[in-house]
Amino acid sequence: MEKNQKESLLKTPTGINGLDEITNGGFPKGRPVLICGSAGCGKTLFAAQFLVRGITDYNEPGVFMSFEESESDLTQNFKSLGFDFEKLQAEKKLHIDHVRIERSEIEETGEYDLEGLFIRLNYAIDSIGAKRVVLDTIESLFSGIENTTILRSEIRRLFGWLKEKGVTAIITGERGENSLTRQGLEEYVSDCVILLDFRVIEQIATRRLRVVKYRGSTHGTNEYPFLIDEYGISVLPVTSLKLDYKSPTEIITTGLPALDQAFSECGIYRASSILITGNAGTSKTILAAHFAWSSCERKERTLYFSFEESPDQLVRNMATIGIDFEKVIQSKLLHIHASRPSLQGLEMHLMTLNRLLAEIKPRTVIIDPISSLISIGNNSEVRAMLIRLMDTLKINQINALFTSLTHEGHSENNFSILDAVSSLADTWINLKNEERNNERVRSLLIVKSRGMGHSNNQQHFTITGKGIHFTSPNKK
Amino acid sequence: MKEKAKGKVIIEGKLVLKLYVSGMSSKSMKAIENINLLCEEHLKGRFELEIIDIYKNPKIASEQHIVFSPSLLKKLPLPQKMLVGTLSDTNKVLKALGITFEA
Repeated sequence: MEKNQKESLLKTPTGINGLDEITNGGFPKGRPVLICGSAGCGKTLFAAQFLVRGITDYNEPGVFMSFEESESDLTQNFKSLGFDFEKLQAEKKLHIDHVRIERSEIEETGEYDLEGLFIRLNYAIDSIGAKRVVLDTIESLFSGIENTTILRSEIRRLFGWLKEKGVTAIITGERGENSLTRQGLEEYVSDCVILLDFRVIEQIATRRLRVVKYRGSTHGTNEYPFLIDEYGISVLPVTSLKLDYKSPTEIITTGLPALDQAFSECGIYRASSILITGNAGTSKTILAAHFAWSSCERKERTLYFSFEESPDQLVRNMATIGIDFEKVIQSKLLHIHASRPSLQGLEMHLMTLNRLLAEIKPRTVIIDPISSLISIGNNSEVRAMLIRLMDTLKINQINALFTSLTHEGHSENNFSILDAVSSLADTWINLKNEERNNERVRSLLIVKSRGMGHSNNQQHFTITGKGIHFTSPNKK
Repeated sequence: MKEKAKGKVIIEGKLVLKLYVSGMSSKSMKAIENINLLCEEHLKGRFELEIIDIYKNPKIASEQHIVFSPSLLKKLPLPQKMLVGTLSDTNKVLKALGITFEA
């Protein structure tokens, strides 16, 4: 990997979407990695995905040593995620060994070692040329044995042996009360430790991942949300951690030639982000639709996230102002994705967006309105998510437009939304409705536009059968 | 194995034993020595003992669920028992194998 050349440590791709970005290329090659977390946090799935993706994506055979679930249980459980253990085993890419410890059958009669385990592991690794190994969960051994001093030194020897063997190993461990794992495995695996966490906040289940330790490598230190869905585990962000994206100088239209005139460059920069704020009924969606249309006119794919209107309704409504979304949907230039914000957690929305970005590869993305998302998370989470979202869009050089609903007066809600979004947006346009002489007057004001001059005038407009029409001439 | 028999040995039927060792390790040798002594002393003609080196038969280790070495598996009479370690704790070994003595 190109970007890792500076790091002397060789890496093994994790097979977990998004985790390679956080760990700067993956796990330390040929070393054990500890994955810890409480029951049900996704440790076994994490481990299984590491193996399966290792086989399917990187052609690295793997050994799954299970101390808890039997081979048939594992096979059954992961079928729904599309992990075909039977097929991989038949192809000699995967070796599953179930280490069954029957406490009632065991009697300790003197000193022992773990050679039995070593031999099994060695045999499994050599029989398929494994590069990856999973031990899930080796702590189970402690339940079967009284003399834990020997066990501890043997486990230490095992991890050393795995290193010598040159396999990248995942060791899972259940979270203890005062330590990362019940048996303090973190003392033995010191190269890379990852903590998984599962909690419920406001009835929405959220999973978090944190790289606790990564010797000899830089890594993201935050808690990152992760998801378990039909594609397995995905960690957010799918973005870099730096502000190092390119900033094109190309100018594109806002979709309204008259509005373009209000900017010194006669338009906005490509791959910049526009924020449109305004109260209910100030034509935010219409402005967004003009922008979407202009993108389609350039024959650039456009992705429209609608959190309030169904695709049908949006198409119908925009047809009344002369914007024919139907046509561009048919020619596959426009893709409208509608969903209720509260239907899924914040991460799920972002994940859907990321997936659609990868699938459709749009040049323009519209999120209408972004304020809907804010209702489903707390402030810091939303802010973190928006930053990730913006980063993703910037890195992919995508034009972004967000609408945001504001309320009359200065409410707490207003503040949090604007605070979160406005500092991230390159161009901020505020829309207003005022009553004058028994008439509603619509107006638009450019609050800011990074890197270019813009009109300071409030511009009045009306909505016609052809969309937005400016009544006052624009001045720069 | 210094203790002498306290009386007549009582066991039901024949003992079927399998001792899994890892090569010539000192723990393995000790276990072999201990089990041989015990059988000779108490079980003449009433046992079947097989010693298996898991280094030479790595597949068996997995099939027989061997984790600890040395391990003595008591196959018969039921219930099965897995005696882990060098078999140095004679009383524990006798108890686990179901060997009792007439008073």
